[in-house]
Amino acid sequence: MKRGSRMADLLWYGGAALLALWVLAPIYLIGLLAFSPRMAVYRWPRPLLPLEFSVETMQFFVNATGTLAATRNSVVVALLTMILSLALGAPAGYALARFIFPGREAVRMGILMTRMFPMAILSIPLAVTFIRIGLYDTPWAVALVHTAMALPFVILITSSVFMAIPRDLEEAAMTLGCSPLTAFLRVSLPLALPGLAAASLFTFVISWNEVFAATILTLRQRTLPALVLTVLNESPLYFRFAGGFFMVAPAMIILLIIRRYLFNLWGVVSR
Amino acid sequence: MARVRLERIRKTFGKVIALRDVSLTIEDGEFFVLLGPSGCGKTTLLRCVAGLERVDHGCIFIGEREVTGLPPRRRNIAMVFQSYAVFPHMKVYDNIAFGLRMRRVPEAEVRRRVERAATMLQLEGLLDRYPAQLSGGQRQRVAVARALVMQPDVLLMDEPLSNLDALLRLHARAELKRLHQETGMTIIYVTHDQVEAMSLGDRIAVMREGEIVQVDTPMRIYEAPATVFVGGFIGNPPMNFLRGVAENSEGGWSFVLEGYRLPMPEIPGVVPQQPLLLGIRAEHIRIEASPQPWTVPVTVSVVEPLGAQVLVTAYLGSQTLKLTLPPGRAVEPGQTLWLSFPPEAVRWMDAQSGQALR
Repeated sequence: MKRGSRMADLLWYGGAALLALWVLAPIYLIGLLAFSPRMAVYRWPRPLLPLEFSVETMQFFVNATGTLAATRNSVVVALLTMILSLALGAPAGYALARFIFPGREAVRMGILMTRMFPMAILSIPLAVTFIRIGLYDTPWAVALVHTAMALPFVILITSSVFMAIPRDLEEAAMTLGCSPLTAFLRVSLPLALPGLAAASLFTFVISWNEVFAATILTLRQRTLPALVLTVLNESPLYFRFAGGFFMVAPAMIILLIIRRYLFNLWGVVSR
Repeated sequence: MARVRLERIRKTFGKVIALRDVSLTIEDGEFFVLLGPSGCGKTTLLRCVAGLERVDHGCIFIGEREVTGLPPRRRNIAMVFQSYAVFPHMKVYDNIAFGLRMRRVPEAEVRRRVERAATMLQLEGLLDRYPAQLSGGQRQRVAVARALVMQPDVLLMDEPLSNLDALLRLHARAELKRLHQETGMTIIYVTHDQVEAMSLGDRIAVMREGEIVQVDTPMRIYEAPATVFVGGFIGNPPMNFLRGVAENSEGGWSFVLEGYRLPMPEIPGVVPQQPLLLGIRAEHIRIEASPQPWTVPVTVSVVEPLGAQVLVTAYLGSQTLKLTLPPGRAVEPGQTLWLSFPPEAVRWMDAQSGQALR
């Protein structure tokens, strides 16, 4: 009995370690080579420990043509996406959390189903439409598509945030002189703020990392992932490592900050 | 402070009828308890008075004002929720001051009223704390203080003691009663706990399935329940009900119980062979050690010493009944006791409808 449970523990932790390694190893290598001198990439055997720290590679990437403009575009697109998806998603999340209405479950399912459409099928008609209405190759075009992609997550996260705030609190506020709106603004909103902040940071990450729609919908106004993707083939290896690190870092930091809310969304109790 | 009048309130949730044309008048300054099992509509009725539920039909008056269509903030009520609903992001002081500030009461007056309420509820030292730093009992007092400072026409309470542990509940119950005596406020209080209802209420309305079964003082409800349901719901142990039939012979009316014949007063409307229930509280049953005229023998089945008294379950034929005995008296399972039922303590009920006769 004892031996059996120890065996199961071993398998469990071994598997977890393997999975962690699977995810962490590439990130480690990217980080390592991004902060090594440029030529370190070509050396053999490859250095696996951070022995010679240097910002030379990162400097080269940041100073390369288009990097700064693309970064600015990426930030603009991500901010637009954040604002749009929170403005649309938070009220929807609130409605799902607070009101029982016919078709509520259908709406919940439908929101998730939108994620089943492959971007590849949508992108060509979208590009045509955007050209026609003059949105093509602007940050707005990319932000609109990113909003559509982020909305399901924003709605689900915000609805779980609002569900965690007892309805009693709003009702108590209403018996104490609030209208439904002021009850929301004075009681629910302040309590929801951390969760809403997490939702908007998550949207930022989705937009920041998205490459496919951004590549198809822009030509000169490239976002960072779109730029890196298009120059990938003609760029030196160290440039790719630096670019990879540059894109991964903000996402990692943000996900670290908001992980509690993501666990919540997925129904895992965080300790 | 004001009287509250409800006229034929109906409320449905989809196909479920939560309230069936409920009418009630709660007097000014009265501590009025709505009592019933869960799902009987008592909380829904309270929420209708608060304005948190819209009624489908009927009128609600607070004082002389009709409030049926008004939102909660225009009714001049205050409510204490079962969960207390203390705002977690505000300190105790700001919680209590919340409603006054919504009414734009000057800050000096707010401070005066908050401090008075805090003194009344022994919260003086806690005004700078956040609710997360308080115990359940303290949070409950914050909720009461927050309602009190509003000086409402009527104070609504939805099972405010049910989340406290037993000892604290006993203490908080007495505190609530003292508070009512000091303020003279009109209070409508919802509970499923009959002991709470008995100890607090000036009057109690017993509810069942969206209807009010009986409205009366606690002692009247206890001594003279209007239905079998009320008699069985109130009191511990519940009222005993013994099945039998009425008979009329030359000597007058009698009640035939498991083959024994007991004298029975003449009750208008009762016909011979009508099935009846004899309702009697355990403490009113007279217990004899040997057969006497007009007694029935029962067999003791379970003996439960409870300290202040001994609770006995006994069989009379196929029917069971509960007796209470003084602690000194020795009884054993299997023993036979002879019981008599003093006519003045008996509540006669119709066996079919469950309604009290008379």
